[in-house]
Amino acid sequence: MDQVIRFRSAVALAGRFPVLAGIDVDVALGDVVLVRGANGAGKTSLLRACAGLLRVVAGEATVLGCDLVADQRAVRRRVGLLGHQTGLYEEMTPAENLRFALRAARRPPAAAGPALEILGITGRLATTPVGSLSAGQRRRVAIASLVSRDPELWLLDEPHAGLDADHRDVLDRLIEGAAARGRTVVMASHETERVAPLARRTVTLSGGAVDASAEGARGGTVAVAATDAVVTGVA
Amino acid sequence: MWRDAALVGGKDLRVEWHSRVAAMQVAPYAVVVLLLFGFAFDQDHALLTQAAPGLFWVAVLLSSLLAVQRSYAIESSDGARDGLRLTGLDPAGIFLGKAAAVAAQLLLLEVLLGFGVVVLFGTRLHDPALLVVSALAATVGLAAAGTVYGMVASGLRVRETLLPMLILPVVAPVLLGATQCWMAALGSARTDGWKWLSLLAAFGAIYTALGVVSFSTLVEET
Repeated sequence: MDQVIRFRSAVALAGRFPVLAGIDVDVALGDVVLVRGANGAGKTSLLRACAGLLRVVAGEATVLGCDLVADQRAVRRRVGLLGHQTGLYEEMTPAENLRFALRAARRPPAAAGPALEILGITGRLATTPVGSLSAGQRRRVAIASLVSRDPELWLLDEPHAGLDADHRDVLDRLIEGAAARGRTVVMASHETERVAPLARRTVTLSGGAVDASAEGARGGTVAVAATDAVVTGVA
Repeated sequence: MWRDAALVGGKDLRVEWHSRVAAMQVAPYAVVVLLLFGFAFDQDHALLTQAAPGLFWVAVLLSSLLAVQRSYAIESSDGARDGLRLTGLDPAGIFLGKAAAVAAQLLLLEVLLGFGVVVLFGTRLHDPALLVVSALAATVGLAAAGTVYGMVASGLRVRETLLPMLILPVVAPVLLGATQCWMAALGSARTDGWKWLSLLAAFGAIYTALGVVSFSTLVEET
């Protein structure tokens, strides 16, 4: 099976601090992976590195066939990152934000409407500046932006944060749908009980590397592909 | 690159249209600066008329600082800058788009201030072609240099105070060239304005080229 993410001894720095400290990770095409770990373990950094936002300064890092060490920009148009921040322009409406993102991604802007509708951003909400929406509504717009682009690799950082119960369920169905379409999904979350049923396997990080003890690694290897993943099946 | 530039420029202008910051803050600020110059030189109307080109361009220069700061402020809210990087747009296109949006706002401002100079300072027009062409060239230079240094400053905590210190010395040739061109165009000095126009054109071309070449590094490293 094709590898979507392949990190070998990858190192990334925040200032002089190694936020990824020689991490080895393999994620196959169509996989749905939950990334766990304590605060500061490197979950967000791993997702940002996969998105080409955090430079990998040593080791090997390949995402969707793009060598991130050589060119971290090449992969960006093919991935979608739902981070702690929404990445939206506060003065523009949800519809305008999505149309801008779609045009930038060389996708038809008409995809904005259906995506917003799925997330319940309709009527007045769709034409209200994002800065005037609640935190949960902004989060839904950010998810709609991801859904409208339907990238090859979904990178979700605490995806359920700020969402009400109904839209948590909507998000679950969207993740399941993405997996069913063969998209690769990597999620970082502290809400293990919520997210684990969606994931096919779990990776635990500690200190910017895969926690071999938590993964039950064999023979000292920390390559995630070789660990005993927590297979929970696709919901 | 051009497609990306149009996309980013359109986005920046759309944000400004919604927020009205340029219309409600930058333009009034520029008019107030012009009025204060008028008050300061009120006793000597001949001097005011002679100095009008310089006063006009100082007002434009100070206003351009606000426009550039605003151009990057919209990228700093709620991770918008990361969002822009994630679009995969050509950095050269991002530069050209942001610079074009700043230039468009400055041109509108110059039209407004131009009327102000005529009304407040009583200037007369001798060479309209030189006036228009030099204004266009100076605006391109201000927008290009401002966009380059705005990006340099945008990643720093002290960006609000650093930006004027970075930009003002750099754009001194624009102030000098544009003032000389306008003095010739308004007939307030016997100088060959078209020679000074070459300085403005060279400045604009150099900073536009610098921005196109360097913006990829600036976006990633600042």
